[in-house]
Order: sequence, then C-alpha cells, then structure tokens
Amino acid sequence: MTVTEEPQMEIGRDRRRKEDQRLITGRTRWTDNITLPGMLHLAMVRSPFAHAKIVNIDTEEAKKAPNVVTVVTGKDLGEEQGSLPNAWPITPDQVTPPHPPVAIDRATFAGEIVAVVVARSAAEARDAAELVDVDYEELPAALDLKESAEDKVLAHPDLGTNKSALWVFDSADAGTGGNVDEAIAKAREDGIVIEREYRQQRLIPAFMEPRSTVVDPTGEQITMWSATQIPHILRFLLAAVLGVSESKVRVIAPDVGGGFGGKLQTTPEEFITMVLARRLGKPVKFTETRSESMMAAHHGRDQWQKLTLSAEKDGTVTGFKVELLADLGSHVSLVGGGVPVLGAFMFNAIYKFPAYHFQVQTVLTNKAWTDAYRGAGRPEATFGIERMMTELAAGLGVDPLEIREKNWIKHEEFPFTTVAGLEYDSGNYEAATALAKEHFGYDELRAEQQRRREAKDPVQLGIGVSTFTEMCGLAPSRVLGSLDYGAGGWEHATVRMLATGKVEVITGASAHGQGHETAFSQIVADRLGVPFEDVEVLHGDTQVAPKGLDTYGSRSLVVGGEALVRAADKVIEKARPIAAHLLEASADDLEFKAGRFGVRGTDQGMAMAEVALATFAAHNLPDGVEPSLDCDATYDPVNFNYPHGTHLCAMEVDTETGAVKMRKYTCVDDIGNVINPLIVAGQVHGGLVQGIAQALWEEAVYDDSGTLVSASFVDYLVPTAADTISFDVDHTTTPSLTNTLGTKGVGEAGTIASTPAVVNAVVDAIRQFGVNDVRMPCTPERVWKAINDGGGGDGGATTEAAAPHFDDSGDTAIADGAPE
Amino acid sequence: MIPAQFDYLAPTTVEDALVALAEHGDDAKIIAGGQSLLPVLRMRLNAPEFVIDLGRIESLRGVTEDGDALVIGAMTTHSDVGTNPLVAEHAALITKAVEHLADAQVRHRGTFGGALAHADPAGDLGAPVLALDAEFVITGSGGERRVSAADFFEDFMTTAIGDDEILTSVRIPKHTGWGAHYEKFVRVAHQWPIVAVAATVRAEGGTIAEARIGLTNMGSTPLRATTVEQALVGQPATDEAVRRAAESAAEGTNPPSDLNGDADYRRHLATVLTRRAVLAAAGA
Ligand SMILES: Cc1cc2nc3c(=O)[nH]c(=O)nc-3n(C[C@H](O)[C@H](O)[C@H](O)COP(=O)(O)OP(=O)(O)OC[C@H]3O[C@@H](n4cnc5c(N)ncnc54)[C@H](O)[C@@H]3O)c2cc1C
Repeated sequence: MTVTEEPQMEIGRDRRRKEDQRLITGRTRWTDNITLPGMLHLAMVRSPFAHAKIVNIDTEEAKKAPNVVTVVTGKDLGEEQGSLPNAWPITPDQVTPPHPPVAIDRATFAGEIVAVVVARSAAEARDAAELVDVDYEELPAALDLKESAEDKVLAHPDLGTNKSALWVFDSADAGTGGNVDEAIAKAREDGIVIEREYRQQRLIPAFMEPRSTVVDPTGEQITMWSATQIPHILRFLLAAVLGVSESKVRVIAPDVGGGFGGKLQTTPEEFITMVLARRLGKPVKFTETRSESMMAAHHGRDQWQKLTLSAEKDGTVTGFKVELLADLGSHVSLVGGGVPVLGAFMFNAIYKFPAYHFQVQTVLTNKAWTDAYRGAGRPEATFGIERMMTELAAGLGVDPLEIREKNWIKHEEFPFTTVAGLEYDSGNYEAATALAKEHFGYDELRAEQQRRREAKDPVQLGIGVSTFTEMCGLAPSRVLGSLDYGAGGWEHATVRMLATGKVEVITGASAHGQGHETAFSQIVADRLGVPFEDVEVLHGDTQVAPKGLDTYGSRSLVVGGEALVRAADKVIEKARPIAAHLLEASADDLEFKAGRFGVRGTDQGMAMAEVALATFAAHNLPDGVEPSLDCDATYDPVNFNYPHGTHLCAMEVDTETGAVKMRKYTCVDDIGNVINPLIVAGQVHGGLVQGIAQALWEEAVYDDSGTLVSASFVDYLVPTAADTISFDVDHTTTPSLTNTLGTKGVGEAGTIASTPAVVNAVVDAIRQFGVNDVRMPCTPERVWKAINDGGGGDGGATTEAAAPHFDDSGDTAIADGAPE
Repeated sequence: MIPAQFDYLAPTTVEDALVALAEHGDDAKIIAGGQSLLPVLRMRLNAPEFVIDLGRIESLRGVTEDGDALVIGAMTTHSDVGTNPLVAEHAALITKAVEHLADAQVRHRGTFGGALAHADPAGDLGAPVLALDAEFVITGSGGERRVSAADFFEDFMTTAIGDDEILTSVRIPKHTGWGAHYEKFVRVAHQWPIVAVAATVRAEGGTIAEARIGLTNMGSTPLRATTVEQALVGQPATDEAVRRAAESAAEGTNPPSDLNGDADYRRHLATVLTRRAVLAAAGA
C-alpha cells in the first residue's frame, strides 16, 4: 500500500482534551474518591493562635468519643514524624527552624496542627477533634514583614533572629556588568533616578480540589495517593525523611484538581497520614476542608520590593537595584526560600541594563508558610520592572512603549547574554509589540483617553503596558546545582510499543489539569505516525513512571516533551533494523515517514504497527536484536526557555467610586511553536485571569492577632467568568532554539505578564490626580482614596475584618476550635 | 467540612412545623434553602440537634395577589421571585434586587423568607422590602401576626421572629407603575454588596412625586434614607437636583468597616449610589 496523501499533522491542531470528560464531570480517581477496606480517617486539631506555647493537650475526652481509634500529639509522635524538608537552602548559613509535622511544644502560626484524631469515619474524627482540649500560653507574634525583618518580635525565639537568609547577586561581582551604585550616583547628577517601594501581597493558590492523601501500608510497599504536583519528589523525601527505603514507597498522584504551585509541597498532612498508617497498619485518609486549605496550605508571593532605577536623560537605562524582603511564613517550605531567587534573573527582563544588583532577605514570621505560586519569583520581578519602566516613562513624559523600545534587546542581537548572566536564545520584542498595538487599537485608545481627560469625564481611561519575558522550563541541572537547589532539572520519558500497534507513553511530568495527555499524544502521533487516539499517556505513579521530576515552572513540554521526542526517535531507530530485516532491505535504504518504513525508490514498506507486532512475536528478528522497541530518554536542558510577549490593557476608572473595569486586554505572546492552540488558549486565558486577580481582587489578609481574615471565598475574592472580559489573544512565533520542537513554556506567561499591565493601566488613568501607585489589590476603596489623597496610593490600609455573612448571632453552641 | 450530627425533620404543614419547633425549642433550627444555614453548620459555628426543613410545606411557596398587596410565600425561591410577572409589575424593585443576588445556583436554592429571616444587613432583599413598606406575616402556635418592615429588622441578624415562630409570608403593598432600580456595588459579581441602594420612584412628568429608598449594608439592619426621600419630593429628575438630595443619603447610618472598605468610604458610596439609583429609577 502506498501513501498518497500527507496525513494531517497533529501538532498545531485544536484537539479537544482527552482528559476533559473525566475531569469536568469529576467521575474519576480523585484522591478523596478512593476508599479502601478498613480505612481510617483523620481530623486535625489546629492552633487558633499565631504563636503560642503548648502547655498541655488533654486528649482523654476525644479518645472516649465514638469510634475514635486514637488521638496523637506532636509529643506522642516525637522523632518518628521527622522534620519537613527544605530542598533549597539558598545560602550556606540559612536559618531554618526544624519543622515537625505536628507541632511539639510551640504553635508557630494560626492553623498549625497540634493534634490528630484517628477515627472510623471522617465525621467522627471531626466531632472528636472538637473535644481535644489544648492549653495554650499565647506568645507575641511576628506578623508584619518589615517589623519582623527588624527582629522586634521573634517568630522562633530560640533562633534569636527572624532573618533566614540574605541572597545577593551583583553584576560587578559576577563580572556580568557594572557597579549599580556608581550608575545611580551618576544619574543623580545628570540623569534620572526612579525610586519606588512596591508591595507584592500575599496570595492563596486556591486550587479547586482541596488536598487529600490516602496511605495504604498493607502491602510490601507503602502506597500513598496524594493530590500533589510532585509524586516523584514526594516519594524521595518521604523515604529520606522517614528512613523508609525508597523502593518500599510508591506515590500516586491520581487525577489532581489544580495546583498553581500550591501542590508543589511536601506537606505536614502527607507526613502525618504516612506515619499514622504505618503505626496503625491500616489505610488512612485525610482530606482537608476549604477552610483548612485557605489557612494552612502554603501561600504565595508576599514581598516588599525596594527598587531604584537609573537612566540617562534620554531614557537609556543605566542601572537597576532591587532590594527585597520576602515573607517565608513560619517555616522554610520545600522551595520557599528559593522562590524570590527565581526572580533574581528576571528583574532586568528584556532590557539592556549595564549594571544590576539584586538582593533578597528572607524573613520568618508567624503566618502560614509561603512557597511557589504560579510564576514563582518571576511575576514579582516582572511586576517590579514593568511598573518601574512605566514610572520612568512618566518621569520623562514619554510613551511607555517608547521607553521600552529604546532599551530592549533588538531581535538581531540574539543570542543575548543579560546583565544577570542568562543567555536568551531567541526573541522578537518588536514583532510582538507591533502586532499587539495593532490589535489593541493603541492610538485610538490614547486619543479617547485624552478626550476623557479634557472633558473631565467621571470615568477615566488608562492604558497599561507589560512587555514581559520569563525564564521557564526548570531547569538545567547544573544551574540548579550552582544555586544550591537540592535536585536536578532533567525529565524522563518512555515510549512503549504495544503488540497491537498502540503506544504507551510514560512521562515523569505530573499533570494536574494542564492537558499533557492530549498534547503529548499529539507529539507522539506525529513522531511515530500513529493515530492520536492510539497514544495513551501514563503519568503520576512512581511505579508506572519510575523516574521524573514532576510539573511546575512551565517545564512539562519544554523539558518533558523533549525527553519524549528523544525517546520516540530512539524507538524509530530501534525499529529500523527489524523493519529492514523483514523487508529484506538495507537499513540505510529505509525512510521513515508518516508511521511507515518505506524502501526508497520502491512501494515496499511496513507500518510501525506491523514492526511492533513482529517484534512482539519475535519469530523473525535479526540476530542479536532484542525483542523490544521500547525506549527511554532522560533529558537535561542546556538552558532555560524564554517566552516573551506584549500585553496591553485598558482600564476604566470610575472616579466617583474608585471602581475599576477592564475595557480591553490584548496579549501577543511569543511561545515558539504551538502544539495545541486550544490548550494554549486555555493556559493564556486562565493565566491572565490569575494575574489580573492579583492586581484587582485577591489578598490574604491577617489581622493584628495573626488570624487569617480572608479565610473563605467570601473575603478572598477569586474571580469568575462574570468578572472578566473576552481577551484578545494572539501570538508571534520565534521558535526556541534549545529544543527540537521549538516550543516555549506557556503555563505561567499570562500570570506573569498581566499583573503589571493592569496596575499600570489603573495608575495611568488617575496619574493626572497626582497618583503614581495604587497598592494591590487595587480595590475601589484604595483607588478612590488615591484619587482623593494623591501621591503613592498608599491607601494600603484596608480594615482587617471579614464580612460576617455566616455569623449566626442569637445562637449559642459555638463550637470550640472552629475555624475563625 | 462536616457539620455536627443532627436529626432532620421534614413536616408537611406549618402546624406540624410549629409543633416540632415548640417541642425542640432552642435545640432546633429551621432550614429553608440552606444557603446561609449550611455554611454555618459546616463551619461548626452552630450545632443544633434538630433541623426542621420547611421545604415540603407547599403552602409556603408562590406569589399571590391580595387586594392592594402581593403575598410572597416564605419558601419561594429567589429565582421564582425574580421571574414572577406579578412581582415585576407591582414590586419591580424586588425583581431588580433579585437579579443581582448571589449566583444562579444560590438563587435556585435560597428563599425569600430564608434570606429575610437571616437578616444579614448586607443581604439584597432587606432594603427593597423596607423601601416598599412590606409587612411580615409571622406564625406561631397562637396564630398569625403582622409586623411592619421597620419593626421586623431589630438588629444585626436579629428579627422579630420569636423562637417558636415561623415567617410564613411577606406582604408587599403594590407599587404599580413606580420606576425602580437596585444599585449594587461589588468588586466581584458573586459578592454580597459592599453597599447597595434600592430606590423606587413615582414620577409625574419629569418630576418626582414620591420616592422610597432603602440602604443595604449601611448599618446593623437595612435602613431607609428618609431625608433623601423627602428632599426628592417635587424635584425634577435631573442629575443636579437628585445629586443635591442624595448628599444626605448617609445621614444616620452606621456602616461596617471591613476588607472591602471602611465606614467613611461606604458613606461616600451611599451618596453616589443613591443618586445613580434614583436617576435610574426615575428613568432619567
Ligand atoms: C455563595 C453565596 C453567595 C450569596 N450571595 C448573596 C448576595 O449577594 N446577596 C444576598 O442577599 N444573599 C446572598 N446569599 C445568601 C442567600 O440569599 C441565602 O439564600 C439567604 O441568605 C438564606 O436563604 P435560605 O433560604 O437559604 O435560608 P437558610 O439558609 O435555610 O436559613 C437562613 C436562616 O433563616 C432561618 N429561617 C429560614 N427560613 C425561615 C422561616 N421561614 N422562618 C423563620 N426562620 C427561617 C434559618 O433558621 C436560618 O437561621 C449568598 C449565599 C451564598 C451561599
């Protein structure tokens, strides 16, 4: 049979996601859907105090409650529970408090676990948890980040300081650029210096599926199912911390309902479930409530950014100095200390700064721990630089796009080594910006803005710009090593050819909503010439996918996808001699195209599926050839991956109320070649909304006793479709040069880029009233106060109180220990 | 989260519900749509031993006319109230308020009576029923009594309904032909109002003959902006005239301070929103 028509390529097709039906209907294996015979349930008793000595815990009443198996405290568990790991000590002298999963003698944030009830049902466990009587002695709490950095009150008194680590990068020391202080001093004389302080508020990842863990200790291997992004890392750390052989631990991340970095963690709850299952010899489950998720799952961002940018009078930038304070919360989480360091290489962004200095002081406080949240370090950096470039433009009275263009790396200058020492392989900022301006109707909107200003329209218009880049595809192992990260950044893939011609693909990436099964099927379908439907992608089970480093940092496609391409290419080469043997041709005469080995110059040939069947039967293989086509590849990237784009946002500000309304949002992202445009559109839309939400709606707020005030979705405002507009999304395509498919990461791009675009637009609308900043989230109250008070929009002080819609006054029986 | 254990009773008549209430008194809670009660139970802010469900009492559902009044059964869902043609014709203010109340899921479960009995000052129905001079029909073992809206809302989440009583219906005097507008100020669509203003206006020509204005979330109960109402009488429905009258909208209010705004900001909002609501209600 000869192939007459080129089959349609899968790459570039708008494939509906294979996983959608089961994920959207929920009829699938979420961790909480798993029920095992004899399974026990946990309920956590959590500290209501931000900082308190645990004087005594009386568990007698709770132990007597119906169907309670046991109640344990931190003291009871002692050494057995280990100490939760920090995989990224950013400096050799980092101060890292020990982190027992169940607090032993001191609770260090409101929400920390102090006791655990094990019962035969979840309801009985919860009921009994109310009966645990904890005697606390309240201690002063370190809450405010700036004050905590001054060691006024200690989060951990025995450590003697709240300062965990000071991490510094300086271009003069690194030899990648000049001395920033000299640049600033010079600009003070004959140039322009912009100095600002910005707040990156605390955010809650707010994934849809609360965290859940089931542990079955009854086999030879202990099996843990967990709603995690990182089954492989979790398995390694469970073994390392608890002293169990890694080979005796199997971790499964079944379908996982979102993470956004919030499930890039090894949690107290996972360790507790594991330890108790082993102790009791029975399967154990813990599923958190939404309230627990809000207060005790890790939070994101939370920085103060002190920024100094110097430029010449014509707008040419000469230096950028970045001094950060980063709130760790009460413990140094898995990669928490490293999150701001991921921003260290990105504050200089797409601009040609001759001198650059970055430093971050990480600080311990008595609040929930912080760690990765979509973008991790890079949104903070992008916000800082994109706000500052806009302020520079305002200071010089020029258009914010003009100032960017003057300073960005021109497309003919790639590859370009930045002042932070990274080599950007490719990019075309001019092309993305030109296309974005055209879509957006930039000049018309500027004209409308002018008209509204002149007419003193109560509704003013602002235009915000963000020309971002980011580094993703975490990461070259050598670079991670040089940054003292505890692991590498390679990824693994296996391609298994089944006898029936179907293909099983195994990836070490661990999808939790991204659509790997679909995109990876498309890649393999093209590579091996098999139908899309015939490819099955397996992941998230350390016994099925034994090697991997999981999913975060927009790495699955650019690192995991490359491993997959390489494994698939190995399969072809492994099949070639077998096909040649069966076709009685020379291997060199075979050409592999569209899933078929053809003998050049003839119509002879053999489909990959036929080779697979023949290999399975193994009746007639060449001498010395093993009867298997399966292949593995482990790929370690040589460089990061640098998507970029131009985002333009128009915001209307109602000057009478401070209400803001999005009018238009255009983004042109350059993410290289696109595997599945539909999935990319989903990532961009979702990413944008998440970044916009930081600008306008979301903030985790603590009151001055350390209670999380925004502890439910009544007060922590996650937007819905009703709050957003239709985005205008397009792409330019400058393929990455560091992977075969020419792809770049897209999982975080929208979130990284959109936040400053929105805030720049809000500030632009009201700059005429003397405003040069509005603190995030730009609530109507803050915007209104900024308009009326002018200046830095430091109407930062919102009242730290929740809206009490579910109070039930007039009624008694308010249970002890109920979440506040 | 899992509520503490309770017994569930589902009477089919008001009489049976009252008997159950009398029997269990303090240990019982009524459930209507559950949209406020269930979160309370799930967060374990309350743990009643008995939950008495009014959902099977047919007589508590629906909207009827009774002379000059509309009678809205306590168990009529927000969504049924919002789409009811009688309500749209005679009490348009309520239709407008329900349109923006919570989201579609909550509107299909939550009830008119449940929301009013819950008496959250940020609830969207208090201000409209207060502005429309509604009467609350409360039933106890001794029979029915009627309480004016002004007396119904006693304090924060506290009403005139006694422990052994049930709110059975709400009577709304017909305001046929009145223009109406509910101006709700929120940050995200599914939120309770930060402040909202319910205005209904009878206009004659371009002049405001009568106006009724209710304020949401400006104190521990829904409030009437009576000074504004009076100032509007006889005024033209112009931006300037209404602006002047609306300036006193926050008079006598005691709004809360929370993450969405402090009390002063809310007072400011009340004046802006009152102007907008009145102008919209007057069709200006
Ligand atoms: C996500 C969400 C968003 C919301 N947003 C809004 C909003 O924007 N605006 C708004 O106004 N509301 C909002 N609500 C509340 C909603 O309107 C509720 O439906 C309402 O407050 C309660 O009505 P229910 O029928 O569900 O009452 P339930 O929750 O069943 O009962 C509420 C209280 O009233 C008592 N009760 C109920 N019926 C009677 C009766 N007939 N006699 C005596 N006592 C009774 C109950 O004992 C309980 O204490 C929201 C709710 C949710 C869950």
